[in-house]
Amino acid sequence: MELDAVLLSRLQFGFTLAFHILFPTFTIGLAGFLVMMHGAWLATGAEAYLRLYRFWLKLFALGFGMGVVSGIVLAFEFGMNFNGFSAATANVIGPLMGYEVLMAFFLEASFLPIMLFGWGRVGPRLQFFATLMVSLGTMLSAFWILAANSWMQTPSGFELRNGLFHPLDWWAVVFNPSFPYRLAHMLMASLLTGAFLIAGVSAWHLRRRLHTELAARALRLAVVSAAIFAPTQILLGDLHGLNTLRHQPVKVAAMEALWETRANVPFVVFALPDQTNATNRAALEIPRAGSLILTHSWNGRVQGLDAVAPQDRPPVAVVFFGFRVMLAIGFFLLALAWWGLALWWRGRLDAADRYHRICLFATPLGFIAVIAGWVTTESGRQPWVVQGLLRTADAATPLPVGSVASSLTLFLLAYGVLLAAFLVFAYRIARRGPEHEIPEQIRGAPRTVWRLRPQ
Amino acid sequence: MSMDLTLLSALVIAFGIAMYVLLDGFDLGVGILFLFTREERDRQLLMSSIAPVWDGNETWLVLGGAMLLATFPGAYSLLLPAWYVPLLLFLFALIFRGVAFEFRPQARRKQLWGYSFGLGSLLATVAQGAMLGSFVHGIDVQGGRYAGGPWGWFTPFSAVTAAGLVAGYALLGATWLIYKTEGALQDWCFRVARWLMLVVLAFIGLVSLWTPLTNAEIADRWFGWPNLLYLSPVPLLTAAIAVALWRSISNRRELTPFIYAVALFLLSFFGLAISTWPYAVPRAVTVWDAASSPTTQAFMLVGVGLLLPLVLGYTIHTYRVFRHKADAGLHYH
Repeated sequence: MELDAVLLSRLQFGFTLAFHILFPTFTIGLAGFLVMMHGAWLATGAEAYLRLYRFWLKLFALGFGMGVVSGIVLAFEFGMNFNGFSAATANVIGPLMGYEVLMAFFLEASFLPIMLFGWGRVGPRLQFFATLMVSLGTMLSAFWILAANSWMQTPSGFELRNGLFHPLDWWAVVFNPSFPYRLAHMLMASLLTGAFLIAGVSAWHLRRRLHTELAARALRLAVVSAAIFAPTQILLGDLHGLNTLRHQPVKVAAMEALWETRANVPFVVFALPDQTNATNRAALEIPRAGSLILTHSWNGRVQGLDAVAPQDRPPVAVVFFGFRVMLAIGFFLLALAWWGLALWWRGRLDAADRYHRICLFATPLGFIAVIAGWVTTESGRQPWVVQGLLRTADAATPLPVGSVASSLTLFLLAYGVLLAAFLVFAYRIARRGPEHEIPEQIRGAPRTVWRLRPQ
Repeated sequence: MSMDLTLLSALVIAFGIAMYVLLDGFDLGVGILFLFTREERDRQLLMSSIAPVWDGNETWLVLGGAMLLATFPGAYSLLLPAWYVPLLLFLFALIFRGVAFEFRPQARRKQLWGYSFGLGSLLATVAQGAMLGSFVHGIDVQGGRYAGGPWGWFTPFSAVTAAGLVAGYALLGATWLIYKTEGALQDWCFRVARWLMLVVLAFIGLVSLWTPLTNAEIADRWFGWPNLLYLSPVPLLTAAIAVALWRSISNRRELTPFIYAVALFLLSFFGLAISTWPYAVPRAVTVWDAASSPTTQAFMLVGVGLLLPLVLGYTIHTYRVFRHKADAGLHYH
């Protein structure tokens, strides 16, 4: 009976977290591009950048609102559904969240209104400063929450006394072994996702012959950025994977569906992992490629799932497929970015109809990859909530099953409605495209702006 | 040493909660009053009077949650499961209210997102008031665990505090709108504020009598000697502020009613703090028993000391930038 409530709490937490992470991804990525567009406008005075900035700002605001409301839930869910976790880890995790609020949330909440409503009320420098601060806020928020998450993956700088974690060294807590990799990987994921969001919407505008000049400019920006971000992301992912191999070898074994410890590990392209019999069915393998990827040598030895007892293994199929979905999307986006770069190089990007269609299709792929990646890393840590030290089952609040079942149902319904409404409104904004005329009060502003070259 | 840190942490949390109650209080109040407006122009004005600040106001709630986790995990991991039902209602209400700021201007059916905003604000306030009541009343703790069941928070007393908080937030909202609006809408706010003030005073009186009458410890805290002497300014000041608020409304002052409404809230808050001190979970866990390790509190307080002045600085800046009367065309769409 109690186990069911634990499972429901996990499902609820996973669902609300997965829903939430879509929006930080959206805002971290877009904020980076907003800085570029805003800066480009101030530097060149070209109104095209201002129109692009104002267009993407509308979508940003929509996504930001979703991120705020779905994020508040999480701040309380730790205590509501996992009070064993909050009681045991508060000494270490608590301040990280406190710092996130103090450094990031207030920064965003104070400067976003200036971005949105500050037109004509504040000078252009302050408005650009606001854009910078909001972008910084999104990244600082990622910094602290990923420090907390990474500490759960690779805990360090603490001691365990009477079942409670006590901090010994804050630097070691924050900069725990997996943190720099996870942070870089997530920030780059957001930028890459943002790039393909902009590419997709711009390609759509080009196909509909809407604001073609602006859309072509935005597509160029997105494609060139993606051509840099995509390979960087794959490199960061590889480093992150090697770090995971060192600190959480069981997770890597699950990612690769490697049941026994061995040398000459093949790379499993596809398989149906069978948890009960500890084997793969219908496996398609590339010999030795696994060793090459994981140890960077042809015959490297890799620890398998057999290193731990069956009850200490993560759900292999979930981790294995989550990882493959992320990987496939990552390489697909790399190919798409470089293809776009080649088109741009030959001056054919604006009219490449087939490319535009594929970009349109690729719009949500970044988000799917982010969810798949988080499913991989979070499921790969199971059955632990703090790797090797605190079991998820011991962390959950002993709540009545009815309570959690009801709340999970409500979350599914409410978030379904919200996501539908968000998509409808985002679709309408995107369909309308950038405004044709910049309102007079705003157009007047750049007279006081610093310019790189006089107009 | 550790006691001082705990005391300091408690003060920081009290400050954060007070900020939350005042700031989100007035914008939730605006949401409640929204339900009683009919004109589309008025509704737009109401929402744009708080559009630039609601997110910052709500951030104090998240700060409260995070600070409670960081400095009083004993309270965090006990209270939150105990309030599973009202907290969920509260969170869902905040969600549907918050998205309305973005969705309503885009929507073809504005009525729908208007209800989402108004009813969300109302439900969030009711849930908050009920949790406040259950906090003051005390929750059923046995062997360090909550034992009151999913509905343990729901008592006659918590129903009273819920209703009282609705009136209180509506008063804050009405006085805020007096400051932010003009003309017929402002006239309406003056009228509403006067009535709400009377209702709020009635609730303050009711709660002030109810708590000492049903709880000997609270009665002793207020009426024992020499506390009676030290604490007598609280009710006297409350009465004085009530008079000042009444007069400022009569004289149609624009900003002072809001300030007096805030003062009324602060005094009530202070009064409840006196009744519940030194408990982090009343009558079950003291702040010292709920405290996190001294290292943790110290690390958190350093952050608060360095960052809170900065936070207050740009919060004030945002309020200054948007200090003008509400503008229905504020929205950027």
